Amino acid sequence: MMMRDLQAPPEAGAGTGTQTEAGPGPGRRTGAVVMELRNITLRFGGVVAIKDISFDIREGEIRAIIGPNGAGKSSMLNIISGFYTPSEGQVVFRGRPRPPMRPYQVAAQGIARTFQNIALFDGMTVLDNIMTGRLTRMRSGLMAQALWWGRAEAEELAHRARVERIIDFLEIQKIRKTPVGRLPYGLKKRVELARALAAEPEILLLDEPMAGMNVEEKEDMCRFILDLNDEFGTTIALIEHDMGVVMDLSDRVVVMDYGKKIGDGTPDEVRANPEVIAAYLGVDHA
Amino acid sequence: MQLPDQLLFAMEVTLNGLMAGVMYALVALGFVLIFKASGIFNYAQGVLALFAALTLVGIQSGQVPFAHLINAVFGTSLHHFGWTVPSVLAIGLTGAVMVGLAVLVERLVLKHLVNQPPIILFMATIGLAWFLEGLGDVMWGADIKTLDVGLPQGISDSVEAATAAVFGYGFFIDRLDVVATLIAVALVACLTLFSQYSKQGRALRAVADDHQAALSVGISLRFIWVLVWSIAGFVALVAGIMWGTKSGVQFSLSLIALKALPVLMLGGFTSIPGAIVGGLIIGVGEKLFEFWVGPMVGGATETWFAYVLALLVLVFRPQGLFGERIIERV
Repeated sequence: MMMRDLQAPPEAGAGTGTQTEAGPGPGRRTGAVVMELRNITLRFGGVVAIKDISFDIREGEIRAIIGPNGAGKSSMLNIISGFYTPSEGQVVFRGRPRPPMRPYQVAAQGIARTFQNIALFDGMTVLDNIMTGRLTRMRSGLMAQALWWGRAEAEELAHRARVERIIDFLEIQKIRKTPVGRLPYGLKKRVELARALAAEPEILLLDEPMAGMNVEEKEDMCRFILDLNDEFGTTIALIEHDMGVVMDLSDRVVVMDYGKKIGDGTPDEVRANPEVIAAYLGVDHA
Repeated sequence: MQLPDQLLFAMEVTLNGLMAGVMYALVALGFVLIFKASGIFNYAQGVLALFAALTLVGIQSGQVPFAHLINAVFGTSLHHFGWTVPSVLAIGLTGAVMVGLAVLVERLVLKHLVNQPPIILFMATIGLAWFLEGLGDVMWGADIKTLDVGLPQGISDSVEAATAAVFGYGFFIDRLDVVATLIAVALVACLTLFSQYSKQGRALRAVADDHQAALSVGISLRFIWVLVWSIAGFVALVAGIMWGTKSGVQFSLSLIALKALPVLMLGGFTSIPGAIVGGLIIGVGEKLFEFWVGPMVGGATETWFAYVLALLVLVFRPQGLFGERIIERV
């Protein structure tokens, strides 16, 4: 799965060879549309960050959003996760248009995310950090919690078990009790993924999950993303700069440039799109 | 057992110092809670204690709130409803008022200042302090009131008898101080358990660490702020009861906040144990200093000792004894 070149030959579908064992094939386990973005426009004052973009995310797929710096990819992710409200257009989630929502409400709906620059709770342990991911799933009320009464305890134990499974899955058992502030960058990224995963999200949003990592860490992260997609069937939308990674991982790719959508389709289709090639390699204006 | 008089005095002074320290720590605790959870230095914490104490006395004695205002406008002469409310019920009602106040603070002040730099929020709490002091005055009047919720007061005979039997010299310990110590210990234990092991406690620590990340895992900042200010209001109520019982409910009560400042600098703004230990060190330190050095410099060292100590700590350990070390990665 080490195809890092945009111009490399198209990859065959899944299960055809050892080389792509973990790699997805186009249209493989994807299901119905879970989220649809309709004619999204986002303005900051006079600046138009996103211009009339529409695309959808299907159940069980890995959907990538790529584009050069400043293309509006992160803004798009922020719209999906409720950190930004679109100036125009609609976000349709589970077939229903979503009213403007605050980020915590979006999270409660089952959309979890990670951040480009890592947003973890540095003072808390890895375990506690991941446990915060379960907050939207906890049901016992304030008084029960305050008095550690009734189902508060049983609930905590059940959630703890779930979190331990995620810890095993991401192979971070050893750092479970370490304060996050002390971890190296690559591990922090992994803990952040674990926290998002703990929410058992319907859609998992990853903002550059591999930025700033070395080759080895990138391979690990790729493996985790593919595995969790495979095993849990988690729907994933991700932003990534590393072309090889994107082409390897994703089922479908949206390409953005200067706030506009210039391509949408399978990695192969996108790779062959002349507009995309122009955006990435530059056009000859002479 | 026969010990030198000087040593016995010192022991008694130390004990009294420890208990005074607990009283300081009670106030400092309120500061730490809000600072930890929202990064705001809440200047109004002292006034919050005053307001809580005033409200408690008012409710307990059946005072009509805003009596002066009502009388001035309508020409009536209302002062009291003519009933008294049992202490426990009055404390409960005052707690409810403090929660209501927390909701109002969030609605009217904090909500509009999201993402502002800490200094702006600090200024807002100064405004809040003045406002609350004024509100307390208009609501309940400016006269000095006595507060009695049935806490034991006066010299503890049993301590005196016990120490007299052992040392041949009876210690004078105020029973109220003993009660305050027990309550403070219980309070800290509850708060620590709550913040370490409950879902809301975890959310609270999460918000303190990173607002954005907290939002992304589905934590409502507004709810957490109301929760934090309610807890701070509750701690203020406890501090208000203790101080109010000890020295009467008067407006100088809001100045105990100033006594909490050196405690915070010593213990660190972000540490609950720090607030306790800081309070104890200052309580004992200033009593012993007054006892030994005071006579040499003409006394009244208690007014400045704590601040000088805090200054020294600032020079050598800016984060305080227990505060989180500020490390900036470059």
